Amino acid sequence: MSKKRVVHYINQFFAGIGGEEKADIKPEVREEVVGPGMAFSTSLKEEAEIVATIICGDSYFNENVEEAKAEIMEMVKKYQPDLFIAGPAFNAGRYGVACGTIAKAVQDELGIDVITGMYTENPGADMYKKSVYIIETGNSAAAMRKAVPDMTKFALKLLKGEEIGAPEEDKYMSRGIRRNYFAEEQGSKRAVNMLIKKLKGEEYITEYPMPDFDRVEANAAVKDITKAKIALVTSGGTVPKGNPDKIESSSASKYGKYDISNFTDLTEADHETAHGGYDPVYANQDSDRVLPVDVLRDLEKEGAIGELHNYFYTTVGNGTSVASSKAFAAEFAKELIADGVQAVILTST
Amino acid sequence: MVKEIERAGIPVVHICTVVPISLTVGANRIVPAVAIPHPLGNPALEPKDEKALRRKLVEKCLKALTIEVEGQTVFED
Repeated sequence: MSKKRVVHYINQFFAGIGGEEKADIKPEVREEVVGPGMAFSTSLKEEAEIVATIICGDSYFNENVEEAKAEIMEMVKKYQPDLFIAGPAFNAGRYGVACGTIAKAVQDELGIDVITGMYTENPGADMYKKSVYIIETGNSAAAMRKAVPDMTKFALKLLKGEEIGAPEEDKYMSRGIRRNYFAEEQGSKRAVNMLIKKLKGEEYITEYPMPDFDRVEANAAVKDITKAKIALVTSGGTVPKGNPDKIESSSASKYGKYDISNFTDLTEADHETAHGGYDPVYANQDSDRVLPVDVLRDLEKEGAIGELHNYFYTTVGNGTSVASSKAFAAEFAKELIADGVQAVILTST
Repeated sequence: MVKEIERAGIPVVHICTVVPISLTVGANRIVPAVAIPHPLGNPALEPKDEKALRRKLVEKCLKALTIEVEGQTVFED
């Protein structure tokens, strides 16, 4: 039997082209195995081979979604693969979104089987887990050794046309699909057993988990913006020069609160970014590009806003867990309220 | 963070480049930004023009804060 054909999608980092300074490269295709493709190639063995690797910069993809998608689709089409593998992206947000977006497009428009892999908190997971098979991985490339066998196992099932089992069984994220099967015990007995376990405080597994919609309704609009006190918050890692509180460049464990009452403009001499997830050159040259203090000061002077709050709050939104981000904001939002802030502009990179 | 600020009762506008992420996170007022490494700037422009661009974006954010929204709203042009 001839080997099945696989096309692999990776970003500039895993291709060894470069880090954030190369995140704007356009899609390119190489008729060889690149980066993590080596591990896939080894574990796919005789069953399948990677016939081409498509590489695209994470920023380019996310800033030019339609163009990038179209270019990559053309590349995939040319190789007529049996399977398209994207990533794994672990907890890299832009990479995860790129993997999910392109995998969905290949699946829906070309009718080719696809899989990708990422960490459960990757924004790409929530966006695409219902549409494509996403194998759950650890949160960093250190988890590659486990991710590759999990993804390969799943890939082989798809290639052989074997039936895909339940999410826990095949280690993919639940797509919210229910399938009928014959249980050993009837429903009433299972329900009572579950209830007894619950009453005893024992662990039990629900047969129908409720979806977790954590949505917050929009607050009422600001009545008179010319009298409002406005605060700036950022996940872009803007900090006073030297990063006095040593906010981590990724997986931040803290946020900073810094006084800007004496600033009408942020410059290279006084502010920089601590963020390790994007090319810092532009933000370091002029932090107003991330935290628009200069413009807000002008607007304050002209009376277009009431005032700019004396402090800004900042953290690095790079691989930082949802739980940490929530805790940071829940804490400083109380201060914002106590300080009479009426509206917030939150900037993200 | 944007959701926790909203939950605390303060209207918040999220300005970011990758709008789908903001939608997934659950921001209600969203303004698309310029680019990932410089959401409120463009180093290719002259400083004066760059500041004008930034001002336009900030004004768009301020306007978004004064508009009542139901559900998630992306403020394009």
